[in-house]
Amino acid sequence: MEIVLVGLNHRTAPVEVRERVSFTTEQARRAAEQLRARGILEETLVLSTCNRSEVYGVPPESSHECAPGLSTFLSEFHSVRSDVLSLSLYHHYDREAVRHLFRVAAGLDSMLLGEAEILGQVREAYRFAHEYGATGPVLNRLFQGALEVGKRVRTETELGTRPMSVASAGVKLAERIFGKLNERRALVLGAGTISEQVVSYLRDRGIAQLQVMNRSRDRADELARRFGGKVVGWGEWDAALQSPDVVVSSVGADEPILRRDMVERAMAARGNRALFLMDLGVPRNIDPSVGELYNVYVYDTDDLSEIVQQNRNARESEVPQAEGIVDEHVTKFLSWQASVELVGLVDALRVKMREERASFIRSRVETMKHLTETDRAHVEKLMDEMLEKLLLEPAERLRGEKELRRKIQNVEALRDLFLSKREKP
Amino acid sequence: MNHLFPILTALAYLLSFGLYLRFLGAGKKPTGRLGTAFLGLGLMAHYFALLERSRGLHTVPYHDLYGSMSLFGWLLALTYLGLELYHRERSVGAFVLPFVLVFFLAAHLAPADRLSPPAVHGVVFVFHVTLSILAYAAFALSFVLSLIFLGEERLLRSHKLGDVVWRLPPLELLDQMSRSSVLVGLISIAIGTALGFVSVDRLPGQNSFYDPKYVITLLVLALYALYFRLAGTTAWRGARASKLCIFNFVIVVLSFTVVNLYLSHSHRYF
Repeated sequence: MEIVLVGLNHRTAPVEVRERVSFTTEQARRAAEQLRARGILEETLVLSTCNRSEVYGVPPESSHECAPGLSTFLSEFHSVRSDVLSLSLYHHYDREAVRHLFRVAAGLDSMLLGEAEILGQVREAYRFAHEYGATGPVLNRLFQGALEVGKRVRTETELGTRPMSVASAGVKLAERIFGKLNERRALVLGAGTISEQVVSYLRDRGIAQLQVMNRSRDRADELARRFGGKVVGWGEWDAALQSPDVVVSSVGADEPILRRDMVERAMAARGNRALFLMDLGVPRNIDPSVGELYNVYVYDTDDLSEIVQQNRNARESEVPQAEGIVDEHVTKFLSWQASVELVGLVDALRVKMREERASFIRSRVETMKHLTETDRAHVEKLMDEMLEKLLLEPAERLRGEKELRRKIQNVEALRDLFLSKREKP
Repeated sequence: MNHLFPILTALAYLLSFGLYLRFLGAGKKPTGRLGTAFLGLGLMAHYFALLERSRGLHTVPYHDLYGSMSLFGWLLALTYLGLELYHRERSVGAFVLPFVLVFFLAAHLAPADRLSPPAVHGVVFVFHVTLSILAYAAFALSFVLSLIFLGEERLLRSHKLGDVVWRLPPLELLDQMSRSSVLVGLISIAIGTALGFVSVDRLPGQNSFYDPKYVITLLVLALYALYFRLAGTTAWRGARASKLCIFNFVIVVLSFTVVNLYLSHSHRYF
């Protein structure tokens, strides 16, 4: 019951390799079927996101022996030369494979430390694999553990709570003022990459209405079309500033495009309803004195960058606690694994000893002609009792072993000493 | 007198305060939930402490300064718990619990009171007093919420967010919570005051309706009604409404202290 992991991620492979080795749901299903059919893995789960492609499995034989076969399979499956792929692949076995998955689910292995999406991706990958029957008792237990780790890290630490980009920090700040954004309106000035990023965050947070204003009408149309917004003509400031709660500005301009008098007029027209202005332009698009107006909050790129830096430090300070949760669950899983293995081992030993007993009786007791059938049955029963006693005592001692490392070592030693490769559970 | 319930109450409130504070500092949800659980336990123990004392003295809890302050603390905690559950927001707990604790502990430190029982009795009077204290508790809560609002707003405007701003409720929610709290206070004080007049009316003999307490209570009622009206308008929503709420509470404190102790003939501790 060993676990193997072969995969690559943003640290080991460039995007050109990652995109070639990614799996769709259908491909993941086919890969699992083929791996089982070829006898490489008995249980399989493929986790494929934009930053990683990983195959988790339970091999019929030793995990170390199946890893090269798994690497070759990946190379064939995606038609990538094995010498190219092998440079990017990592292999983890048992404890390290478990630990790796738990760290992934916790967001500790993500490109953006603590990102929330990965837990959902792990959950989906597990759900699909479970649905098409690729997982079994070991991977089920492993992935349920991973989901628990991810949930605990998100609940008990602040690893994933704070925004880590200027755009998301701005949107989160808007939520500090308005709460949920699903009844709020936003105006986006400019239609470049930064604006697009912010609009994407705003849409994710459920912004109710989106208006786009840009010097070039075509680009404004394009952005509005993609995110379901409306275009406002460039320069129609009084009308445009009346309704939004959030204004995002990222326009190339030498001088501020939003002056104090314009915002003052707008605030009077909107009855001083709170207004959050995110100035992402360099040079700044909004006159800094606008921030002095009642119920107006202005944040520029530097302010937001500083917040992101603070958040990065805060997230990093949460890592030791998250690692602690991961370690706790790794121990829990390995303990379960050792207990299950112990049960299987005892059963296998019992079978082997009974076989030995039967052959012993055949060879030795057969020659003792003076024994009656009752005597022979009695001898067999006595030998069975002795074998059971011989098995039970060490099994109980192993079961009661408190130190996990010792327990696993003993289970492995017992297996290596008494069972041949064929007989191993 | 049995000290078990007061000790349990103080311990539960202290633990709850510590946990809320930790929740505010570290943002761990289980800590916040535990804070709420201990607040609930504290409320139960506090209730039994009040009940036990009232039974022992054969009087209502607000008969003396101890009871009045203790009941105020209990109703403040109860109103906060209701608000926390309604708005699903725990980060305010760390600011409210110190007030609850101070009132509960100050009640124990208050000098023994030998004044005769109030002239008025009966269910109507009981409701008059309880609702009045509930109103003061709700106003105290809105005062705390307004202070938090102004503090958070200042931090947001100065761009000095630190750790705490990410854990405090959004400004809009603080505003809503404050208004919910004032609404509870307004309804309580309106009914409580009406019942007070009914109680006085039932008293035998000539009764004075010119107690300064009546005037200041009606002023408090009018000021909070004004706040409630203005806080809903876009021009006042935010810092202005919060400042008005804080000003109103100053009048409440005046009513609770100066007017009760030195000017009113028929009100002592409520």
